[in-house]
Amino acid sequence: MKTGRGPITVAATALLFVCGCGGKGGGDKPRLVVSAASSLTEALSSCSDGLPDAKVRLSFAGSDELAAQIRRGVRPDAFAAANTKLPDELYRDGLLEKPLAFATNELVLAVPTGSGEVHSLGDLRKAGVKIAVGSDSVPVGSYTQDVLSRLPTAEREQISRNVRSREPDVKGVVGKLTQRAVDAGFVYASDVEATKGRLQAIRLARSLQPVVVYGAAVVQGARQPKAARKYVRGLRSGNCAAALRDAGFGPPQAQ
Amino acid sequence: MSPRPWFAAVLVVAFAVALTFLTLPVVAIFVDSSPGKLIESLGDPVARDALWLSLKTTTIALLLILAIGTPAAYFLATRRFPGRALAITLVELPLVLPPAVAGIALLAAVGPTGILGGAISDAGIELVLETAGVVVALTFVASPFYVRQAQAAFSSVDRTLMEAARTLGASEARTFARIVIPAAMPSLAAGTALALGRALGEFGATLMFAGSFRGITQTVPLAIYDRFSTDFPAALALSSVLVAVSAAILLSVKLVSRVEVLGGRAPS
Repeated sequence: MKTGRGPITVAATALLFVCGCGGKGGGDKPRLVVSAASSLTEALSSCSDGLPDAKVRLSFAGSDELAAQIRRGVRPDAFAAANTKLPDELYRDGLLEKPLAFATNELVLAVPTGSGEVHSLGDLRKAGVKIAVGSDSVPVGSYTQDVLSRLPTAEREQISRNVRSREPDVKGVVGKLTQRAVDAGFVYASDVEATKGRLQAIRLARSLQPVVVYGAAVVQGARQPKAARKYVRGLRSGNCAAALRDAGFGPPQAQ
Repeated sequence: MSPRPWFAAVLVVAFAVALTFLTLPVVAIFVDSSPGKLIESLGDPVARDALWLSLKTTTIALLLILAIGTPAAYFLATRRFPGRALAITLVELPLVLPPAVAGIALLAAVGPTGILGGAISDAGIELVLETAGVVVALTFVASPFYVRQAQAAFSSVDRTLMEAARTLGASEARTFARIVIPAAMPSLAAGTALALGRALGEFGATLMFAGSFRGITQTVPLAIYDRFSTDFPAALALSSVLVAVSAAILLSVKLVSRVEVLGGRAPS
């Protein structure tokens, strides 16, 4: 054992990989880190691969978790949330550049395909029906609260009694549904689409539907602000916009 | 080997890096928030529900682990049968499984659409989204810590002691209870503490298999995750409780193994 450098070289290489140090890497494309809402998983994964002008690394979680990370000093290049409230708050506090609304979605009641328990919102009141929702802090959970708050008190209370799990993000609700651990759950229309037939959506009455608008912004202090701005604009019009439409997201309203 | 100054320096630097890296995050939990605020956050009903649920589920899981794991470990330690090495590996496997895999595996086995799901629900047993499901998840991930330790302890009990008891007419059950268990006690206690620590910290399998609902399935780690985005100080407060309990567990394991060493020396 004369050199003894092997392990050190290995460790150093490992560190380089993990922290992404050492400049641009991967040719001369800038590397973008994008924090995005769980519900964007399928759409953004498909369009962010092989973008001509950036190598994108996506980090998916509940929008509230991602916002909390940014508040605690985590600096991705861009943040895409399942509402406009979180990006607006972070913008007000000087942590984001001005947010841009880039897509809409629809909150639906989802049930496992072929399960006979739930056919309408009213069925959620039946004793023994199991429901999963998002936790109050994640956008899908707060949209669900909006829907429930528009129902008559008695109905709302009956439904709330059947809630059996409050998941940290929308994919948690989807998982409980596809595993048939619950009979119904509130998720986005695009999530039902992404299960390729394993879940069915029951649309909510227009009067109950919350306005679900997705907002994105460049993070202040982003390492690649230019590429990040381009990526965020591309969510509204570009490859990713097309992927979002394909995944069942609606176009943003004119701002 | 002549002493090499650069080698000594490497050791010191590596030690300093390791110590800082491992200690800093734990210290930060206590530094980031004032003690008053920590205690105040613990008065919160959601936090108290989580603490109570964690205490309850961990205790039940541990009792199950002790009741079934002890004889099972004794069987593994004293019997020779074909496939024994494989059986031991299988029993130890959950030890190294990622929690998310444990969650998926439990769903695939005893979840509503799992291979035993139908039989379990026909028997009128509800696991998913129930406190019982949390207990199953904790037991699954924590029991190998105990069984492994117990098996090693039983294997190292002095055979001549056991044979002496048998020749004096004691049944195997009596020998097990009177000779083997007391002799292995320090190791069993250490194994129990390790299983306790693992059960208390379980997160992924619980969330995937049992869900998250206040008072029913939301244990302390799940409550910490739920709080992280909205109430960081409260998440810190709950974390500090887990740190304190874990430190106490580690300390008691160290004390117990010390007793073991002293106890081993005493008779000679």
